[in-house]
Amino acid sequence: MALAHRSYGPARVVSPRGRLDHDNCDAFQSDIAGELDACAQDGAALVLDMSGLEYVSSAGLRCLMIAAKQATVRNSRVVVAAPQPVVAEILQISRFNLVLPVFGTTREALASVSPQALAAFDRG
Amino acid sequence: MRVRFWGTRGSIPVGLTAADIRDKLARALVAASGRHFDSYGEAYAFAEETLPFSVSHTFGGHTSCVELDTGADEYFVCDMGSGARAFGEHVLARQGGRPATVNVFMSHVHWDHIMGFPFFGPAYVGGTRIRIHGCHDILERAFRLQQSPPCFPVSFDHLAAAIEFVKLPPGKQTEVCGLKVTPQLQRHSGDSYGFRFEAGGRRLVYTTDSEHKLEDRTQTGAIVAFFRDADLVIFDAMYSLAEAISVKEDWGHSSNVAGVELCQMAGVKHLVLFHHEPANSDVAIETALRDARRLEELTRGAAPLRVSAAHDGLEIDL
Repeated sequence: MALAHRSYGPARVVSPRGRLDHDNCDAFQSDIAGELDACAQDGAALVLDMSGLEYVSSAGLRCLMIAAKQATVRNSRVVVAAPQPVVAEILQISRFNLVLPVFGTTREALASVSPQALAAFDRG
Repeated sequence: MRVRFWGTRGSIPVGLTAADIRDKLARALVAASGRHFDSYGEAYAFAEETLPFSVSHTFGGHTSCVELDTGADEYFVCDMGSGARAFGEHVLARQGGRPATVNVFMSHVHWDHIMGFPFFGPAYVGGTRIRIHGCHDILERAFRLQQSPPCFPVSFDHLAAAIEFVKLPPGKQTEVCGLKVTPQLQRHSGDSYGFRFEAGGRRLVYTTDSEHKLEDRTQTGAIVAFFRDADLVIFDAMYSLAEAISVKEDWGHSSNVAGVELCQMAGVKHLVLFHHEPANSDVAIETALRDARRLEELTRGAAPLRVSAAHDGLEIDL
C-alpha cells in the first residue's frame, strides 16, 4: 500500500487506500513507522486520512494501535480523519474510537492538532 | 447433537444484584406502558418476544461448563466451571438413581474452569465413572489441590465416583464413546487447548481462554484449519478488540471482532460468543453481540455467519 503524504504546518497527513488487512499490514506498519520518524524529526502529529480506505481488519487495526504507541514514544500522536462509513463503523464496533481520536474530516483533525495546522490547510 | 450451556461467564462467577433486578423491572414497566395483559401468559409472551434479552433475561453468571449431548448413554462436558453444579443436578435427575459415566474435556486448569467440580453431585455417587480428559500434565494435581485442606472440606480421595485422568495428544484425533475429539494448543497463560468435536456428521469447536492474534499468520492459519467448516464455534469473546490488543494484550483472551473474522475465514456456520467479561452487564454483552452481528453484515462473504451470545441455560441443536 503506497502512502501519499502532505504536510500542513506541524501535521503530516498520510492517506492509505484500498484495504488494510493481514495481507498488507506488515508493509503498512513499516511505512507508518517511517512516517512517524519523519513526524518526530519535524515535531509533527500524524493524521491518517482514511477517506480512501475501504476496509480495515483486526490486523490492520492493530497496526493503528502500534502506531499510536510508537507516536507516544516519539513525542508525537496519531489522529484519524474522514473514515468512510464502513470503516467508521468498524472503528466503533472494535472500540478503537475510544483509543484513537476520530474526526469526520481532515480539516477537523488538523484543527485538533493545532491552529497552525488548520491555517496551513485552509491556505491550500 | 444438542449443546447445553451451563456456565458462560469468564474468570469468576457473577450474580444479578438487587439493583440489577430493580433496573430490569423498571425498564420492563416502561416498555409495557399503555399495554394491558389479561393473563400471566400474555405478560409472559410480551417478556419473551418483545422485551430486549438484556431486560427480560440475563446472560448469567456461572463460569465455563458446556455439555454436548450426542444421544449416547455417556455424558460429555467441556470444563468444570461453577456451571458444573447445575449440570450435575441435571445428570442426577436424568439418571434416576442409575450411576452415570461422564467424560470431561478440560481446556486448562485455571480456577474458573475447575471450581465447580467439588459441587458436581455425581462425583459423590458410588458407581459413577468420571473420565477427565486433557492435555496438561498437571490436570490431576490441580483437581486434587482444590480439594485439599484448607481449601475444601471433602478430600478428593473421599469422592465416591471412580475418577480417571486421561491424557489426550494435542493435534491428534481421539475417539471417546463415539465422539471424535481433536485438541488444539492455544495462546493462554500456562497454555490452553481448544477441542474440535465430531459426531453424527456435525462439527463443533470449543475454544475458550485463547488469545487469537490475527497478524500472526502461522497461528491464524492453524486456527482457521481447526475451525474449518464447523457447524458451531464456541468462542472466547471476553474483550473488545481495542482492549484485547492494547491494555489487555497477552491476557490470553479474544474479542467478538476476532471471532467473526476467524469464523468467516473458516466457513463456520454459527459463532457463539462465550466467556463473557465478569464486569460486563447484560446490556454490554447484548451490545457486543449486536456489534458482532453488524460486523458480520458489513464483511459477509458468500455465506452468512450466524452469531449468538451464550447464556446460562441456552440450548442449541446441531
